[in-house]
Amino acid sequence: MNIQGENKSKNNFIGLMPLWLVMGIFMVGPLLVMAFVSVMESNSYGGIHLKFDLSGYRQILFDTNLFDVMEFNPAYIIIIGRSFLLALGATIISLILGFPVAYYISRQKDNVKNLLIFLVTIPFWTNLLIRTFAWIIILGKDGVIENSFTFIGVLDDDDSLNLMYTNSAILIGLVYSYIPLMVLPIYSSMEKLDIRLIEAASDLYSSRLHLISKIILPLTLPGIIGGSILVFVPSLGAFIAPDLLGGGKKLLLGSLIQFQFAYARNWPFGAAIAMVLLAIIVLILYFNARVNKKHEKFN
Amino acid sequence: MARSRISAIDVQDVTKVYGAGDNSVKALDSANLTIFDNEFFTLLGPSGCGKTTLLRLIAGFEDITEGKINLFNEELISLPPNKRPVNTVFQQYALFPHLDVFENIAFGLRRLNKSNSFVDKRTKDVLELVQMQDFINRKPNQLSGGQQQRIALARALAPEPKVLLLDEPLSALDLKLRQAMRFELKNLQQETGITFVFVTHDQEEALTMSDRIAVINEGQIQQIGEPEVIYEKPRNQFVANFIGEANLIPGKCIKNGKDGLCKLSTGQDINLEIPLSFKKGEHLTVFIRPERVKFNKSKGSSLSKIQEFTYLGNAAHIQIISNNQIINATLPIDKAKTFHKGDEIDIEFPKSFSQIINS
Repeated sequence: MNIQGENKSKNNFIGLMPLWLVMGIFMVGPLLVMAFVSVMESNSYGGIHLKFDLSGYRQILFDTNLFDVMEFNPAYIIIIGRSFLLALGATIISLILGFPVAYYISRQKDNVKNLLIFLVTIPFWTNLLIRTFAWIIILGKDGVIENSFTFIGVLDDDDSLNLMYTNSAILIGLVYSYIPLMVLPIYSSMEKLDIRLIEAASDLYSSRLHLISKIILPLTLPGIIGGSILVFVPSLGAFIAPDLLGGGKKLLLGSLIQFQFAYARNWPFGAAIAMVLLAIIVLILYFNARVNKKHEKFN
Repeated sequence: MARSRISAIDVQDVTKVYGAGDNSVKALDSANLTIFDNEFFTLLGPSGCGKTTLLRLIAGFEDITEGKINLFNEELISLPPNKRPVNTVFQQYALFPHLDVFENIAFGLRRLNKSNSFVDKRTKDVLELVQMQDFINRKPNQLSGGQQQRIALARALAPEPKVLLLDEPLSALDLKLRQAMRFELKNLQQETGITFVFVTHDQEEALTMSDRIAVINEGQIQQIGEPEVIYEKPRNQFVANFIGEANLIPGKCIKNGKDGLCKLSTGQDINLEIPLSFKKGEHLTVFIRPERVKFNKSKGSSLSKIQEFTYLGNAAHIQIISNNQIINATLPIDKAKTFHKGDEIDIEFPKSFSQIINS
């Protein structure tokens, strides 16, 4: 019996090999490399010296001045804070716009539903960089919006709305990039929602608004949280929208990390920021898992 | 039973068509009926007959294609479901999974802006009514099917609706529980004095609980009447067959009128009332319930023979073949025991229980 049991677990291990390989190569490996790089000394020509050094992490909070004295440097905290706020803003806007879209789609007939879901995913078919460039054409000076305003006479010919290179432009870019990731999970939990619950609520005198806030919102909460995470996490590390639409004027986390690896050649610092970002995300996911667990109890 | 004759629900020429064009389905075809206040009214029919559609039209979940529905002489069409003073007990209960029993029942009361103390009291009262006061803090998924059923009932009763709509509420329960709930529902209706509109496909349920029954088939109301009338004087063959068991025996009119005479395909000539619309020699169908068929052991030679004898415990089901026509009969067990398979018998169709029936 014992031997059989051992054989079984051995077989299981072999059977699960593809899983371990995929997890190892695509998930755990790169993370370990990043973690390793983050605690090494930087090499000014790029790469690292194989020497344990926590200065990558220290650099996030402290600067060494001319006299080799450590000083608190809020610059990177501000960048993290700004990224956080922008990502949060993008998430909230995506939720406000995406929730009604998901609700609307879920109320349609099956064939219409499929078409609409297909339309939601269409932007993913084109490269994000190119799509973001399209927004420059829309938002930019003499772009689609400004020209339209000029055409209807709201705007003078040589005036500009200065839409580009602002936080708003970055927000628009982030919302545009990631809103399908908000719509899809919410749609999926709306689909699971029993239509009779909606009928029961309206039978018990629920107005439309009450119905949404007391029945639909609480019962689609897993989808809302899932969608929010899917928008928030990539928004936090995004660098294409901030660079192209924000003009790189105000540094964000994603751009900062990219900058450390590509230009400043301070790999450990870049890796350290990435690890901090990862820690924040893991915390959020942990929170999500707890909420979901609570939710499972009655679903 | 004394009933007030105030009309609670008036269904006037209501037609409901699903879909459009070639794919359209007529679920309800100019239905007319009046449900009186304080009545236990049952919509009975096979699945897909339109009974649930009618209920959903009253609740407001579907739009009427043609006709109108009045609730206590007020037209309902313009009102959305949340403005209609009716409540529904759903087939699968549809309890709110994220709310506990108390909040489920309080849901409608809170929407009616009742004070907290009233909500508290009323919720506890209806919980007591359905004997579920010990489950006040449970979530729906911590309850059995029968318990959920009671909470759904309590939730719909709590706002004291003018009419309670019940959509096959017992169909998901097992037999024993279903039978117990029949009496409870009936008692509840009498206690509360609320008009119940009950949808079911189960004829036994309909017969035991209802004050009146509307039998529906293929979108059309076949017959409306008290259970005894529906059972004993079915208006057509569908009603006769759908409710209980029926013998439908072809025959030929020999003499019409109150004292008519008919030759059955079984070989017997029987006396019964035949409407004057039937002419001499015209084909007709005679209806008689199996428990009304009488027979005795034949003295001489007979056309009829017992072909099958089925023991049912308290009764026996006897299949008789007579001139190639099968007749079903049921007898109380003591009487039935005197007969055996293969016995030759003489059949009698009592005049008062035989009737001509339309197709």
